[in-house]
Amino acid sequence: MFRRLSRWAVTVPLALTLAVGLSGCGSGDSAAPAAAASPGGGDTTLTVFAAASLTGTFTELGKAFEATHPGTSVKFNFGSSATLAQQIVQGAPADVFAAASPATMKTVADASLASGPVTFVRNKLQIAVPADNPAKVDGLRDLADPKVKVALCAEQVPCGAAAVKALDAAGLKVTPVTLEQDVKATLTKVELGEVDAALVYKTDVLAAAGKVKGIDFPEADKAINDYPIAALSGAPAPEPAKQFVDLVLSPQGRDVLTKAGFEAP
Amino acid sequence: MTPSSASTGRGRAQRGPGSAGRVAGRIPWVLVLPALLGMAFLVLPLAGLLIRAPWPTLLERLSEPQVLEALRLSLVTATLATLVCLLLGVPLAWLLARAAFPGRRLVRALITVPLVLPPVVGGVALLLVLGRRGLIGQWLDATFGVTLPFTTAGVVIAEAFVAMPFLVISVEGALRAADLRFEEAAATLGASRWIIFRRVTLPLVAPGIMAGAVLCWARALGEFGATITFAGNFPGQTQTMPLAVYLALETEPEAAIVLSLVLLAVSVIILASLRDRWTKSP
Repeated sequence: MFRRLSRWAVTVPLALTLAVGLSGCGSGDSAAPAAAASPGGGDTTLTVFAAASLTGTFTELGKAFEATHPGTSVKFNFGSSATLAQQIVQGAPADVFAAASPATMKTVADASLASGPVTFVRNKLQIAVPADNPAKVDGLRDLADPKVKVALCAEQVPCGAAAVKALDAAGLKVTPVTLEQDVKATLTKVELGEVDAALVYKTDVLAAAGKVKGIDFPEADKAINDYPIAALSGAPAPEPAKQFVDLVLSPQGRDVLTKAGFEAP
Repeated sequence: MTPSSASTGRGRAQRGPGSAGRVAGRIPWVLVLPALLGMAFLVLPLAGLLIRAPWPTLLERLSEPQVLEALRLSLVTATLATLVCLLLGVPLAWLLARAAFPGRRLVRALITVPLVLPPVVGGVALLLVLGRRGLIGQWLDATFGVTLPFTTAGVVIAEAFVAMPFLVISVEGALRAADLRFEEAAATLGASRWIIFRRVTLPLVAPGIMAGAVLCWARALGEFGATITFAGNFPGQTQTMPLAVYLALETEPEAAIVLSLVLLAVSVIILASLRDRWTKSP
């Protein structure tokens, strides 16, 4: 009897841990937000897939949305637009998709999952340098200097595609030391002082104010990234999806976005 | 597996001649279902890769220079990382197994931390110590003009950091299981400590070292998080296969599948061909 008891004493917590661990993984996993949806009692969950560069602004807008729509909770899946697009195409249950490039939105639209995407903001590149600017960078031309360590986003992700466009427009050949997987990782390398400069979005420089310095350059105008947003066809919560898109496009939404450094389209 | 150990092990489990053998060989069905589920859970995702692979264009994709470059870099860095782990890890394992010193448990815990640490955290930690502004990195940069991040050496360091515990644990286990009487006999015959280590201890634990080295190599080959964080991602320089897979997934899922298949094939071939040697412990 006693032995049995002690055996259970081990098994039960173990099983519980496993169960909690697994469910934790499930809701944390970007592909399965539906598991966390509809906790019961007619509450709706709005699932928004948004580019990582929208993390700050959309979190704020999500709170505003929840305040004006009682009973609706907004869940976000922030990440690289290309990854998000793949997840949506593979059947992730999302209601809204806000992408950092028309190309990634097109992936979703081509699978006839997004209807009528609208460009809601544009983002410009800036040169980010460590606060003390050790390599004394003050323009795009300095990045071509082989002594300057530069981090760029990989060409596969929107900020990398924009960087290539800007450098091409300037007729510059830059050999980066690394091609990072997203804009945040690129900026982190600047923040840590591991590189002397990086090309990132103006909004990311603003978000890291104090730790990095942003330098404007004229060719940035040639590499403006349009951000499209769309309510998704087959959305589990179509009504709130439309309302959220409306909020983003409203003057209130514009206000939040421009304060973070985005430009109006 | 050697024939003798195989036959005794299996004989008892499945076709033992005596009645005791039969009792032990009865399969408790309670275990079979979870075991099969477990197997399916581990093997199905791999099967998924095989099913979804774009077979007709496979060769063409594989021969792309970027793929070959990433594969070459992966194989080279994983091998170098394993050598580093052997050079540093075997002595460390010996110390842990044979030398009694205060705080040994803590040391063992600390050196196994990379096993459970999220690799990205490992990468950040490496940056903070060996990065251009890191504790040691700063000095390396100022004195020798050496910076490790964004170099192939950085990849080797990141991989060795994550993989070394595998080697240390398996060598330490082998050392603990080894029969000390051989070493004692050698000592009474007048062999020096270094000779004993080289001529008696090392051959005795060679299978354990082999096991550790293989695990270590396989882990280094698959390393992603610490590598991308510490060494960055640049084709030909720091972009290993796992990094190439991750970035390919952004735009070309089919290419990612092909790259994954290559990694899978290399790992399975190595693990399968060396299994016999490293399951045979002294």
